[in-house]
Amino acid sequence: MKLRLANPGHVIDINPIEPELNYIRQEGNEIRIGALTRHVNMLESDLLARTFPDIFREAEAVLADPVVRNRGTMGGSLCQSDPAEDLSGVVVALKGKAVLRGPGGAERVVEMDEFHIGPYMTAVGPTEMLIEVRFPIHPGFGGAHEKVERRAGDFAIVAASAALSIQGGTIQTAGVACSAVGPTTMHIKRAEEALVGKAPSEELFQQAGQMASADCSPNSDGRGPADYKRAVAGVLTQRALSRAAATALR
Amino acid sequence: MATVETGPGRHPEWYAHATGDKFGKIADAPIGFGHMKRKEDARFIRGLGDYMDDVRLPGMLHGAILRSPYAHARINSIDTSAALAHPKVAAVIIAKDLETLGLAWMPTISYDTQAVLAGDKVRFHLQEVAFVIATDAYAAQDALQLIDVDYDVLPAIVNCRKALDPDAPLIRDDKVGQTDNLASPLWEAGDKANCDRVFAEADVVAKRTILDPRSHPCPMETCGMVADMNPATGQLNIYNGNQAPHAHRTVYAQVAGLPEQNIRILCNDIGGGFGNKVPVYPGYVCAIAGSIVAGAPVKWIEDRSENLASTGFARDYLMYSEMCSKGGKITGLRVDTIADHGAFDSTAQATKFPAGFFHIVTGSYDLQGAHCQVKAVYTNKAPGGVAYRCSFRITEAVYLVERMVDALAMEMNVDPVELRMRSFIRSDQFPYETQTGWVYDSGDYHKAMKLAMEIADYEGLRKEQQEKLARGEMMGIGIAFFTEGVGAGPRRHMDILGLAMNDGAELRVHPSGKAVVSLSAQTQGQGHETTFAQIVAEELGISPNEIMVRHGDTDKTPYGLGTYGSRSTPVSGGAVAVVSRKVRDKARQFAALMLETRAEDLAWEKGRWYVKGDPERGSTIESIAEYAYSASNLPEGLEGGLDANAVYDPPNLTYPFGAYIAVVDVDPGTGKVHMRRFIAVDDCGVRINPMVVEGQIHGGLVEGIGQALMEIISFDEQGNCLNASFMDYLLPTALECPEHGFELGETVTPCPHHPIGAKGVGESPCVGSPPAIANAVVDAMYHAKGVKHMDMPCFPARVWAAMNGREQPPQ
Amino acid sequence: MLVSISINGQVYSHDVEPRLLLVHFIREYAELHGTHWGCDTSNCGICIVLMDDPQSDQPPYPVKSCTMLAAMAQGYEITTVEGMAKPDGTLDPIQMGFHEMHALQCGFCTPGMMSTGRWLIERHPNPTQMTDHEIRDGISGNLCRCTGYDNIIKAIRWAAAYIEEHPESARTAR
Repeated sequence: MKLRLANPGHVIDINPIEPELNYIRQEGNEIRIGALTRHVNMLESDLLARTFPDIFREAEAVLADPVVRNRGTMGGSLCQSDPAEDLSGVVVALKGKAVLRGPGGAERVVEMDEFHIGPYMTAVGPTEMLIEVRFPIHPGFGGAHEKVERRAGDFAIVAASAALSIQGGTIQTAGVACSAVGPTTMHIKRAEEALVGKAPSEELFQQAGQMASADCSPNSDGRGPADYKRAVAGVLTQRALSRAAATALR
Repeated sequence: MATVETGPGRHPEWYAHATGDKFGKIADAPIGFGHMKRKEDARFIRGLGDYMDDVRLPGMLHGAILRSPYAHARINSIDTSAALAHPKVAAVIIAKDLETLGLAWMPTISYDTQAVLAGDKVRFHLQEVAFVIATDAYAAQDALQLIDVDYDVLPAIVNCRKALDPDAPLIRDDKVGQTDNLASPLWEAGDKANCDRVFAEADVVAKRTILDPRSHPCPMETCGMVADMNPATGQLNIYNGNQAPHAHRTVYAQVAGLPEQNIRILCNDIGGGFGNKVPVYPGYVCAIAGSIVAGAPVKWIEDRSENLASTGFARDYLMYSEMCSKGGKITGLRVDTIADHGAFDSTAQATKFPAGFFHIVTGSYDLQGAHCQVKAVYTNKAPGGVAYRCSFRITEAVYLVERMVDALAMEMNVDPVELRMRSFIRSDQFPYETQTGWVYDSGDYHKAMKLAMEIADYEGLRKEQQEKLARGEMMGIGIAFFTEGVGAGPRRHMDILGLAMNDGAELRVHPSGKAVVSLSAQTQGQGHETTFAQIVAEELGISPNEIMVRHGDTDKTPYGLGTYGSRSTPVSGGAVAVVSRKVRDKARQFAALMLETRAEDLAWEKGRWYVKGDPERGSTIESIAEYAYSASNLPEGLEGGLDANAVYDPPNLTYPFGAYIAVVDVDPGTGKVHMRRFIAVDDCGVRINPMVVEGQIHGGLVEGIGQALMEIISFDEQGNCLNASFMDYLLPTALECPEHGFELGETVTPCPHHPIGAKGVGESPCVGSPPAIANAVVDAMYHAKGVKHMDMPCFPARVWAAMNGREQPPQ
Repeated sequence: MLVSISINGQVYSHDVEPRLLLVHFIREYAELHGTHWGCDTSNCGICIVLMDDPQSDQPPYPVKSCTMLAAMAQGYEITTVEGMAKPDGTLDPIQMGFHEMHALQCGFCTPGMMSTGRWLIERHPNPTQMTDHEIRDGISGNLCRCTGYDNIIKAIRWAAAYIEEHPESARTAR
């Protein structure tokens, strides 16, 4: 709006309903985060750090800068649908589900794969708003977020989010997402399938990284050429998985 | 609310705090040189600075500029009718309106012309096309969108090499007789035949093509102006943060044909300059024209995008370079340069030096031969070539020579420090005349280099590098040893637009013994209000807290060329020392009367004249001041009052130098560079206020980190500027600097010809740090991967490309 | 639309365009010029002011006032640099620290930088023990082109130490 790229007829400030929509809580086997939860709240949440070590904290620590994190929200991050945004990668890796509410309180729950439908485009309808994101809890969890950026506070050149749960020496669930290497946050499903059921190893994570490299679809731009981003997606995916596994086994 | 001049009178309540016990701690101020907290802080920490956008005048209107979406296009027509119909719009100005005022084109600092508003063609992306004046700033922006311009798009040239192709489109077809894209004739320095002989006899030759990329000074406050033409009196008051107010006044008088005495420029507080606020920009002329047309004050403040995309950029030098050695020492350097000046040649330089001071390119070394030549070209890019924290292209010169020394050390397989130590000009060789004609004043380069190595633990670092290499990690150590030539300059050699590069000072000591010193230099944050008071204090023994420094008002300060090229201390500081000594000499005459003795029988100690051989008998400067204004009888030839004027013409430039060492870690997987340590040993001669000197060094080092690692103004094939916001023009944050701070050291080699032995320091860190960091990144890649060169900025994708053997870095 | 904002304890009510940014409300309507404007893209932090939510027990926190509409600031208490010192003119420790440690040169980024610095101290459980990285990260949304940041970090430390020695100087009771 400031740069006159958008000129909406009406703008509704939803901040006054923050008390209803700023929360991080556990319900049953789920973590629920309200859409107006600020980045700083997610960064500093003990519940998130305990449940999903340390994926939220790592992503939030490199998302924009502390002053922006004071105001920016979960809902803002997801609904902006910027493919280079950090938190969206975390939500995809954690298999978060978006809760949309429409007129009369009608709610629907959307998987992340259906939520981001393109750059700056989401599944949220004209009379709907995102109110909550729900995350399944897994025992033996470890996560990590790796980002390479031109400078602190910049959007990612490439970022990789990894979420693993490991029990009995075997990977039970896996989530892998890469940011800034496609029209939306890239969900690297092939890597996830390759990881589940296996014992964690550097070799396995390297293979997963190669899949991330192969399956993403970056563009060349001011942050770097496509082949560079493709290579880095692999490097960061491997690093994130490796640290996620170490955290899970800690 | 009318804006009044800046100064303590405006806010008596805070000034009381600034000078009272509660805040100022008067007792802490040294009577002269030494650590002293800044006087100007008092208003800034309270939010009471007075920047350009803070100016409010009755009836003030707001201007905004429509800019070209194309880099090169013919303008067929401009329809302003819809904008004029906007209820809040007072006027819309386009080129043909300016023609009637004779303001359509303006002279540049380099004797070229620049379109104020494009009439025939636009020649760079975001060039000025129309100026809207409205009752508020938002409405002025709204009206821009109502202007309809019909363009025919033309092919754009953004590559300086292609600009010289015989079939390249002619960019400056507005200039009579211009048949190619050369902006000025080929310029040379050094003896070519001798240089060729030195190369023929050399043992080892290193060759590199080095690009010092286009960057931007990017002060935090953008450029702008409030122009206030009084239609009744013809008085034009200009509120404008610029680095050279007196020179600007003269230019406006020439451009607008206004009587110079009717123009008053008021530079209140300036939110950083760094060379960006030296030139006159089209927006300034538009604001002045707007005020004439609208009959009201007009404010124009550019936004960040306008600042980055249209105002004075820096660098953009492509340098084909060779350096050679014989017997293990550097012996020769030659360089062929293409300088990209953009669409209008508004590069900042002294008249006789079309490539600025680039020919100081031989650096700190005792060479046998050197030759440099520079071709300047027009391209469809924003005009400029300003000296961004740089003494007229010395940054480019130092970058080149220091990269080449490292390149030669690689070819010779010798440590880069060792090669420097062998090849330095020795301290007993000063004054030293270089192969390209500079006479360096003083220096002890070996001492500074050794100190830097000691602080860094250079040998330890090299050992650590080897250990890391064995583990597959990449670490680099980069050296730069710079010599700058600053403080332009002697009037027999240097002028800008015919104006000698001298500075004036006026000092008035009041009857109470307190003083006002007026400068032609113009602070943009350097702390002049403190350090210039300290110079007077050192010379006269008056507390700096009792000396008011006045600057930034052309009606109240003496003529001079302003603050850039590290001129303030070398030139204006010289003027202040000289004027203080004049006052001291006059005080001696009064003291002789007071003490009933002859002036030649008096001796000076700081703050008083006393009778030689009888030190108890003396008069303090305070008592002398009182006497000077009293009703006492004065002998023939001695005027009452204690004041003086001076114009300082420096006999030579001053030559500060320094030894810098950068330590970086490079991520082999991503190309990300981590700036781990930075050691900076600076020798700027005598330091007036070490705290301020260190502050200057810190700031310049971070600007160097920016240039080396992230800052670039680049263009796509169509000539669109790709870095026109802070989203894409990246300034370093605190996180890109060494985590535990910079490691500084100092040596002091006084300048032999400067009144107080000072050399100037503002630019040194910004000149010395880019090659140190670039050398460190290349050093890391060389040891791990055999890579011998990369061009700045070393951001991850470019480092990765270089590591992987790519020929061309991605933009 | 009528917008009422409390700035430095005084309520300013003006009929403004809905699109008016908070930074322009502060500068043009409240006529408090200490808050500057720098970039429009939320990068530079020049325009930072402290915002206090009366409903919250959190200390006032810094926000980029170019990235909020003035209308969105209703109901909050805004503190600008002009409101930092005590009413009797006694400077806030962060202001003292910036002067003591030469943490400003041109002064343009200083109001925003001090606001962020003040918040870092106030929210940290043990401000004198802040690491270099914590402070650098804390001010990474504030750009400064003059100082090179080193002295800003020292100034924030100075203020933290001053507050520890002079608890009465703290803005709010700890």
